[in-house]
Amino acid sequence: MRDTLVRATPLRTRQKPSRTQLISAAVTTALLLFTLFALPQLLSLYYIDTMTQVAVYSMVTLALGVLVGRVGLVSLGQVAVLAIGAWAAARLLFATTQPYPLILLEAGLITMVAGLIIGLPALRLRGLYLALITLMFAGAITVVLATVNFPNGGHGFTGYNGSLVHIPPIRRPAVAGSDPAYFRYSVVVAILMFALVYAHIKTRPGRAWAAIRQSEPAALAAGINTWLYKLWAFALASFITGVAGGVLAGAVHYLYSIDFPTQDSITLLAVTLMGGVYSMWGAVVAALLYQFLPALLNNWGVSADWLIILFGLGVLQVLTTAPAGLADQVPKDLARLGRRLRGRARPKPEPAPKPEPAETKP
Amino acid sequence: MIEVKGLTVRYGGVTSLDDMNLTFEQGTCGLIGPNGAGKTTFFNVLSGFVRPAAGTVRAFGVDLLSMTHFRRARWGVRRTFQTEQAIEELSVFDNVAMVHEHSRLGAATRRKDVLDAIEFTGLGTVAPDAKVRTLTAGQRRLVEVARAVVGRPRLVLLDEPAAGLPDDESSRLADVIRGVPEHTRALVILVDHDMSLVSACCATTAVLDFGALIASGPTAAVLRDDAVIRAYLGVA
Repeated sequence: MRDTLVRATPLRTRQKPSRTQLISAAVTTALLLFTLFALPQLLSLYYIDTMTQVAVYSMVTLALGVLVGRVGLVSLGQVAVLAIGAWAAARLLFATTQPYPLILLEAGLITMVAGLIIGLPALRLRGLYLALITLMFAGAITVVLATVNFPNGGHGFTGYNGSLVHIPPIRRPAVAGSDPAYFRYSVVVAILMFALVYAHIKTRPGRAWAAIRQSEPAALAAGINTWLYKLWAFALASFITGVAGGVLAGAVHYLYSIDFPTQDSITLLAVTLMGGVYSMWGAVVAALLYQFLPALLNNWGVSADWLIILFGLGVLQVLTTAPAGLADQVPKDLARLGRRLRGRARPKPEPAPKPEPAETKP
Repeated sequence: MIEVKGLTVRYGGVTSLDDMNLTFEQGTCGLIGPNGAGKTTFFNVLSGFVRPAAGTVRAFGVDLLSMTHFRRARWGVRRTFQTEQAIEELSVFDNVAMVHEHSRLGAATRRKDVLDAIEFTGLGTVAPDAKVRTLTAGQRRLVEVARAVVGRPRLVLLDEPAAGLPDDESSRLADVIRGVPEHTRALVILVDHDMSLVSACCATTAVLDFGALIASGPTAAVLRDDAVIRAYLGVA
């Protein structure tokens, strides 16, 4: 029995990947290669810019997914966190000549400190109350940003000069000056952030978060320092969102406080739920819903404001029929459809001959 | 050995444990009483989920109340819950391993301990990488017990581990519980309403009623005690 058990235990040891894992890895690699090399050749500049925003917001929704899906903490302040990251990166980009990756790292770390402060109430609060606190925080940041403004090449701590006539654009990395190159750059940064989250999920923090989400008493009884791991989640989510803010700064060149309205945090949570908070693909789906869909509608001459209604219905649908979101539901539905189509294509077996009714004797 | 002196717990105006004095020496000890008697509150005090209004708890010479909840678990206070709380999305192995993760032992030793705990509970027939959500209620209870016995726990608190289980799974669980002191060398406290399980597993038993200790001693004698029969067991 003992030997059987040891042999049957593939955990935390190098094991042969299953067929499903190999297919999944192959599909992911193919999609990434397509996104990095073929997509910029196929799209117009308008859609390349849109896809850069999708890469940025996939990091934001990924971070929100960590909080909501992995730990069970609802944050409605992610747009404010993104603004902090963008502000810090813009300020550093104007003030220094440091390489862009270093700026992104620093912006992420600065935002992480801010995120830890936002996360402090999470040690005592959950659910609606935590959501309310983080929403108030987002509102406060919006007010502060409207007063302080984003850096535009001026001097002093804020780096803002209202009398500038020719505002210099926020610089991009030397290797990614053009829009297609910056799109690729954004995707690479996003891949790194996804890898960072994956590494967390598959190790001790991921297990601790799973325990905290299901039952905090059970987590404590397992010796898990729940305070540490909740703050860790906030720190990680804020770091990733801060990095995303840095990438956003380079993408748009000019930052304005009006681009970070408080209510967008609510929309972000809605699309994150629709995409799926339990899967990393859900973050990509959410970013496509949040950035690509409005761009598509605008291009067709339809107001993107209609999407608020669509997102409302989408959240309703997800919460009632597909709690794991579109990233989980769509593949299942496609597989079901495939099975049904295969079933139709296959010739129906000949019906078994009905047994002759037994002759009844009067 | 665990020594409780003057333990008092109040929830607002309600006194859940009233000046409780109790000593459990070794092996498996029962803690019984009607609903609301304060049994789970006592476990919550030992695990650090509830801060008592007064009293001391010394376990193996250590002042238990001076430690935070998660440090108590790392020190060796393990427990199960009335409503089973195995982590559904994790595997059997990870559920057990996460409890032992904070140990300073080497990875190989920890891994062996986890496998030992899984095997001890009789879960060896289930693949250790099977997700807990795929298991039966009885198997999930065994995962909880494996979480409680992995490594070298000092104090194992089992809160109605057989609640809601069919008879066959309950008797399987009783066999496992009986073996816990020998497997872990820990002091085990069992709370349950199933008197056959308590009688089968526990050499000594204490009885609580409305937060007060009304009897303690050898299980057989306690179950014949008039005060216990009046307050809890009833007359057949």
